[in-house]
Amino acid sequence: MTTTHFLQRFLGGLCLLSMASFATAKATVEDYGYPITDRFVATVVGTPEGYEADLPKSIPFKKRRIDIFPDRQLPDLVWYGHEMIYAEVLQDRPAPLIFLIAGTGAAYNGGKNVNMAKAFYKAGFHVISLSSPTFPNFVTSASTTGVVGHSEKDAEDLYRAMEMIIARLGDDIEVTSYNVTGYSLGGFNAAYVSKLDEERKSFNFRRVLLINPPVSIYNSISLLDRMTENIPGGEDNFNQFFDKLVKAFSKIYKDSDEIGGDFLYQAYRAMNLQDEQLAALIGVSFRMSSGSLVFTSDVMTDFGYVKPKGLMLDRYANLSEYNQVMGRLGFTDYYHDFFYPFYKEQYPNMSRDEFITAISLRTIADYLKSSTKITVMHNENDIILEPGEIDFFNEVFGDRATIYPVGGHCGNMNYRDNVAHMVATFTEGVQ
Amino acid sequence: MKSIMLRVCVLAPALLLAACSSTPPPKPETVYPEPVFAANRVVPAGSVPITEVYDPWEGMNKRIYNFNYHFDQWVFLPVVRGWQAVVPEFARTGVHNFFENFRDVRTMANSILQLSPQKFFESTGRVLVNSTVGLFGVIDVATAMDIPKPDEDFGQTLGYWGVGTGPYLVLPLLGPSNVRDGVGLYPDFVLQNYIQGDLLSKPLRASAFLFDSIDTRENTSFRYYETGSAFEYQTVRWLYSTKRELDVEK
Repeated sequence: MTTTHFLQRFLGGLCLLSMASFATAKATVEDYGYPITDRFVATVVGTPEGYEADLPKSIPFKKRRIDIFPDRQLPDLVWYGHEMIYAEVLQDRPAPLIFLIAGTGAAYNGGKNVNMAKAFYKAGFHVISLSSPTFPNFVTSASTTGVVGHSEKDAEDLYRAMEMIIARLGDDIEVTSYNVTGYSLGGFNAAYVSKLDEERKSFNFRRVLLINPPVSIYNSISLLDRMTENIPGGEDNFNQFFDKLVKAFSKIYKDSDEIGGDFLYQAYRAMNLQDEQLAALIGVSFRMSSGSLVFTSDVMTDFGYVKPKGLMLDRYANLSEYNQVMGRLGFTDYYHDFFYPFYKEQYPNMSRDEFITAISLRTIADYLKSSTKITVMHNENDIILEPGEIDFFNEVFGDRATIYPVGGHCGNMNYRDNVAHMVATFTEGVQ
Repeated sequence: MKSIMLRVCVLAPALLLAACSSTPPPKPETVYPEPVFAANRVVPAGSVPITEVYDPWEGMNKRIYNFNYHFDQWVFLPVVRGWQAVVPEFARTGVHNFFENFRDVRTMANSILQLSPQKFFESTGRVLVNSTVGLFGVIDVATAMDIPKPDEDFGQTLGYWGVGTGPYLVLPLLGPSNVRDGVGLYPDFVLQNYIQGDLLSKPLRASAFLFDSIDTRENTSFRYYETGSAFEYQTVRWLYSTKRELDVEK
């Protein structure tokens, strides 16, 4: 096992779990076999071995780079971020194409996107895997403003990138239909991308699947931010909490021969973590990924959020201080003290609260209601939804929403029934 | 052969000196407006970040980090891609197993030094099986037989005997390390070279180092700067340090 694998597993353990509610909606899925009923455990652990879909071990997942804004001058600190990195997995015959959009802070090559790519490639699709607009590389290379989290602007940036990728592929592939899906924030993005496509008509998406999307971004990030309140003794005791976790983790690491597929599940069981600790862990990992995102935006725009305005940091600069400050700030701070002031001029008639709450699927509920190509796959016990928010999906999508009784936030995405559901969503009715 | 490794070892301090001598002269202080969230208001005085690692040579380390990226782009990764294009997968797996067999020998030696009979017997079992039934290590029969594969090196041996890590160090071409682990590379290298010297003819020995390097890079998925995060350097630094700490305890 290489260091990198360890890094991926350990931080994967912390980071992949991007993000879940006291659900009131009634379960629509009978005899559901996903084994983890606790919503925090499901979110962190995912799908245990033996329950996963049968997917190919390797697929031709090719990393690609594309220069979206050739004339853009990047600050020296993020000099490496000029080209957007994504991946394509192509069939050698005419096939439908599907775009995958990753969740908060996640990359095109994160575990969930790679698993989806395997499932869709196996089902005969061309696959284009994209990072979330909240992934730092997207901010530096593909975001027009450098300040992400804005539903329409993120959709436009994604759409532009998709168009350029397809234009570049040109005659290399034959596409029979275009489709899009995404999980978590990526599902939210997919809804807005689909709406934009109704005007632009570059793709005329055949099907759109939203997997565990938030309803209101602000509500979801507030929930995630508040999870750090579960740190025993409060934030000032974070170091002790974290030390304890690392120690417990190291004990399991020592006893295990290799960090294999089930490592996280075993680690969770051996560590005997309580829900509060898991919530704290989720909150911390969310903060880590939002920290590097927001700092990237600050550097790109010279806004003066944590870095003094006008101070040009070079690629060798010591960033400890900024890293430490970001560790203390939530994503909600970003929306109030960076995002809103940054966009204020463009929306003079909207109050701060109106502006922030408008970033929601409710804003486009009419479109979602009438657009039969869009379907939703969600979990009743998702941790990123406020109590009652799950009902939004049943109300708006009706029988186009499938709400699984358990699974937490995206924990069941790799469960065999869910994978079959995802694939069937896009293969139904295709010759 | 040895001289290549020696040069690598010598290069690090040389670069250190270069970095020190190129420190720019102090400029007149520019006063910048305070950001929305300034450290002195947000971070309690005296608090230490959990991911702190002793890194007095950060400036030099970041320059080597940067150099490694460029070496990857222009030399290392193109060579790896060429290797993958020319050599079929089963042959690459054979080469990989061949070098892994030497890593098991390294673990044998370091298990003795760490007074660990269990690891010694496991690694010895692997080497015996793989060197014979596995045709000089080309086929990894031991893993198929479920013989555990402990991984010990001289850096960990030093750690076992209580030697501290010293400052964090980014090694040219090799990446994250620290003074202790960097020093530990040398005895391990001498050992591997000694055994290969017995086994391989001279031209083969020379190419062994090259193929070992290509194989190692091929099997290391890490790519510099690809997390996109401006904090990547310190995240990698912390992860490496934590991982090594756990490895020493393991």
